[in-house]
Amino acid sequence: MSQTATISSAGPDEKPKSDSRVEPRGPRPKPFFTPRKIVIYSILIFACLYFLFPLYVMLTTSLKTMPEIRWGNIFAPPIEPTGEAWVKAWTSACTGLTCQGLNPGFWNSVKITVPSTIVSIFIAAVNGYALVNWRFKGSEIFFTILIFGSFIPYQVMLYPLVMITRELGIFGSLWAVILVHSIFGMPILTLLFRNYFAALPVELFKAARVDGAGFWRIFFEIMLPMSLPIFVVAIILQVTGIWNDFLFGVVFAGTQNYPMTVQLNNIVNSAQGSPEYNVNMAATILTGLVPLIIYFVSGRLFVRGIAAGAVKG
Amino acid sequence: MADLAVQQARKGGAAGGLSRFLHNTFIRNLSAKIAAAPMMATVLVVFIGCTIWTIWYSLTDSRLLPNGEFVGFEQYQRLFSTSRWNVSVVNLLIYGAFSLVFTLGIGFLLAVLMDQKIRFESAFRTIMLYPFALSFIVTGLVWQWIMNPSLGLQGTIRNMGWESFTFDWLTNPRMVLFALLIAGLWQGVGFVMILMLAGLRGIDDEIWKAARVDGIPTWRTYMSIVLPMMRGVFVTAVVLVGSGIVRLYDLVVALTDGGPGISSEVPAKYVYNYMFGAGNIAQGLAASTMMLLTVMIIIIPWAYLEFGGRGRRT
Amino acid sequence: MKKFAVVAAMATAFLGSTAINAAELEVTHWWTSAGEAAAVAEFARVFEEQTGHTWVDSALSGSGTGANPVIISRIIGGDPMGATQMNTGRDAEELIQAGLMRDLTDIAEELNIHDFYVDESLLEPCTYEGRIYCFPINIHSWDWLWLSTAAYEQIGQPVPTDWNEYVESWPALEEAGILPFGLASGWPIAGIPGALQSGIGGSDLVLAINRDKDAEAVRSPEFRAYAEAWDAIRQVVSPDTMVPAFADVGNQLLTGEAAGNIHGDWLQGDLQVAGGVPGEDYECIPALGLNDQLSGGGDAFYFPVLPEGTDPEVIEAQTELAKVLVSPEAQLAFNLKKGSMPIRTDIDLSQANACMQKALGLLGNGLLPSGDFALSSDTQQQLQDLNIEFLDDDSITIDDYIERYASIIESAD
Repeated sequence: MSQTATISSAGPDEKPKSDSRVEPRGPRPKPFFTPRKIVIYSILIFACLYFLFPLYVMLTTSLKTMPEIRWGNIFAPPIEPTGEAWVKAWTSACTGLTCQGLNPGFWNSVKITVPSTIVSIFIAAVNGYALVNWRFKGSEIFFTILIFGSFIPYQVMLYPLVMITRELGIFGSLWAVILVHSIFGMPILTLLFRNYFAALPVELFKAARVDGAGFWRIFFEIMLPMSLPIFVVAIILQVTGIWNDFLFGVVFAGTQNYPMTVQLNNIVNSAQGSPEYNVNMAATILTGLVPLIIYFVSGRLFVRGIAAGAVKG
Repeated sequence: MADLAVQQARKGGAAGGLSRFLHNTFIRNLSAKIAAAPMMATVLVVFIGCTIWTIWYSLTDSRLLPNGEFVGFEQYQRLFSTSRWNVSVVNLLIYGAFSLVFTLGIGFLLAVLMDQKIRFESAFRTIMLYPFALSFIVTGLVWQWIMNPSLGLQGTIRNMGWESFTFDWLTNPRMVLFALLIAGLWQGVGFVMILMLAGLRGIDDEIWKAARVDGIPTWRTYMSIVLPMMRGVFVTAVVLVGSGIVRLYDLVVALTDGGPGISSEVPAKYVYNYMFGAGNIAQGLAASTMMLLTVMIIIIPWAYLEFGGRGRRT
Repeated sequence: MKKFAVVAAMATAFLGSTAINAAELEVTHWWTSAGEAAAVAEFARVFEEQTGHTWVDSALSGSGTGANPVIISRIIGGDPMGATQMNTGRDAEELIQAGLMRDLTDIAEELNIHDFYVDESLLEPCTYEGRIYCFPINIHSWDWLWLSTAAYEQIGQPVPTDWNEYVESWPALEEAGILPFGLASGWPIAGIPGALQSGIGGSDLVLAINRDKDAEAVRSPEFRAYAEAWDAIRQVVSPDTMVPAFADVGNQLLTGEAAGNIHGDWLQGDLQVAGGVPGEDYECIPALGLNDQLSGGGDAFYFPVLPEGTDPEVIEAQTELAKVLVSPEAQLAFNLKKGSMPIRTDIDLSQANACMQKALGLLGNGLLPSGDFALSSDTQQQLQDLNIEFLDDDSITIDDYIERYASIIESAD
């Protein structure tokens, strides 16, 4: 049935258009189920099943009671779902003598994560920018050493960093942990930014230089706006890594600033006694919610062609 | 590079070589140098310093605290004659090769699919990324359950009737590394995917249109045009996955604890066990030095190729 | 469970008087599971009631490997805690030698510590150049054979009374489809060889290896007998039959799925939680029924040297805590909840359950130094690696095993 036929068979109430017939506009609408789309969605859905499978086990386990877990099948859905484990994980699970669940450490984790993320990403972005657009003698050597640094296992760096922060007088405070996270994040983040900036069109930068703009001005007015996707990636990386970090938080931040991961670790990692699997699962998901929310929200910034737009405009 | 030329042209035939040298070293690009100062300080003090510290103390007999006596290569002799270490190294090479190939491959494939203007992108993206957000102590346990021969998939499917279904990779010394791979990919692919997606997003729509106008088939566009443009992202991804492989510890402890036997031991676990659990820092540092040496052997030639040659921008 | 609030030390400064001297003392430990936490809560309760100071709890799970890096980092970094748990044994040797731990000799003498300690040897690792730097506060032993009454009912045999009878019953068990030996993967494997050595090899063997580091003892016939027993276990376990956690083995014993297991005395706690009754649902046989001594180690508390300028009240709190930890009241309360043996000889333990009573009887014969007590952590780790390899790899013969074991002991310090 062609479009014209449809329109000409319209009922008597249809107002006659000024043209005797209206031509369809735009590209021909494609049917939804093209082979291409089927393939794409199938693969994506299949991948999602793989990713979601353990989450299913975790969720169902967290909604069961311990006897059911002990004697039942791990894949079976809960007979009578109960949110007890969740409440317990947040408010009353025991982590040593204190039985307040995860929530004492929540704000400490925030206190550690927010500044560390901001500082580490800022430094790395500036480094990447400097390395690409303002190359100076020796900068490449330094960059290579930085990459090498990203492979050093963190256990090896622990004692030297303890001694360094001790000499700086900041050991046992938030500053120490921010410093340590920035140092650790620097290699990968600098690489991230450097490679991204290197792929941006040179013309923009040159045009700005010709206009007389300096280092910082170009950075804030041109480079930053063009690199939203990579900032999102960097934020995801850092927030996840720092939020879930245990060792540095507990060693460097000082007792009053113990992050939530300490409580999480104490809940799930107890050597003796029967583990309360449902509480462990609930606690893990609760801890992971913050990075998850960031992932979801940051999606809006993950858009295409900002760089392209800038070149054209 | 044009930048340099412009500046030098301005200088023209300025004063003596000395003042130009001083200017070049200190004044030119001053802002850049100030901005990059944190990085330089970090690099020098922390990474190089730590590396030297590591190598130095690996030549001592330090136990719990780093202040032992110099003993030469004794720690290394012990290291090389320890079967657990040798097995760890081989395991890491095997795991590393597969992990690199699969993570990059699957990550890229998924990124390409996500870039196809599909609906529900946020949902797909979050689903693939969430494993990255969860602490591995518990997710490792869940995978342990799933792959456990009696409690997990094998047991359940057998109970449903398929008696001969086997999936005992977790307890099979020859296949346990692949069990690790399953859990490792699950955790890591999501991030590589969004990294590649960010790279793909940076590619101008014009290029796609031009390629289509020229009649180049899609796959060819990817291979010959897009991939080279994403070179930077790929290098980043390789370093990211690579450093994750070298540092592999939490995953192994949570999933297999090195077992069955020592068939899934990895170097980072050896370092950790001996440095902290066994109170033998020197041995742990010797193992670390070996790991770092290997990394250096790979990085130095790469750096030379990347920077030493023509110093091109990308 | 009581919340332990953080009391500002500022109050002390403001008040100035010596009437209420409430200092807060940060204590680190790795007793995070429900049962363990209940036990350490007893220490905290007694401490706070008797001294008026505040116990600031800093729990760090993961036992040695997890907590050690943190504890050592804090001490090196100059922000030490007030008191910390560490395993009795050689772990803290270097910290003592480096002068980072507080000298407790005066307190020890004030309390006449040598009068009431169960066994002098416990204090040895705490002693350096004649001064005492830590107090062991409990004794744990791995040397226990746990047997399932349900399993033996199934095959119609009486529950064995010692290791040899147990091994003889294996063929019958296997025929009935029951696991002769239940095993959890991971660290539970580490303690079994020591228990076997002590039970089968005998006290002299244990002393020769653990205390004297005599490599020739490893090549002796007694050691070979032990190695053969270890090999026998190897034959009946496989990765397929291993379970993730030792509490699961406890369940296996109660249901009769597995007939027996060797594990430390703390398994009792889990068996109790799961509702098992000693004598009815399970049997506990110390020293495998073959020896008259138990080998043991335990936990000890250390008190880091606090930095200059620390409030003297806090240092006073350290002293008081040290005294409380070894006091009869605290020892009784703590050990009953924990299921370990107290270090004092003069407490009334009639409330202890049947298994612990048996242990106390043996303790009277003297305590053997266990591997984790007398050997350095490094040697222990090497032996653990060897044992795990041996258990899993059938191609390692008993002779290979003996030789490798001997060379590790030879180079042990």
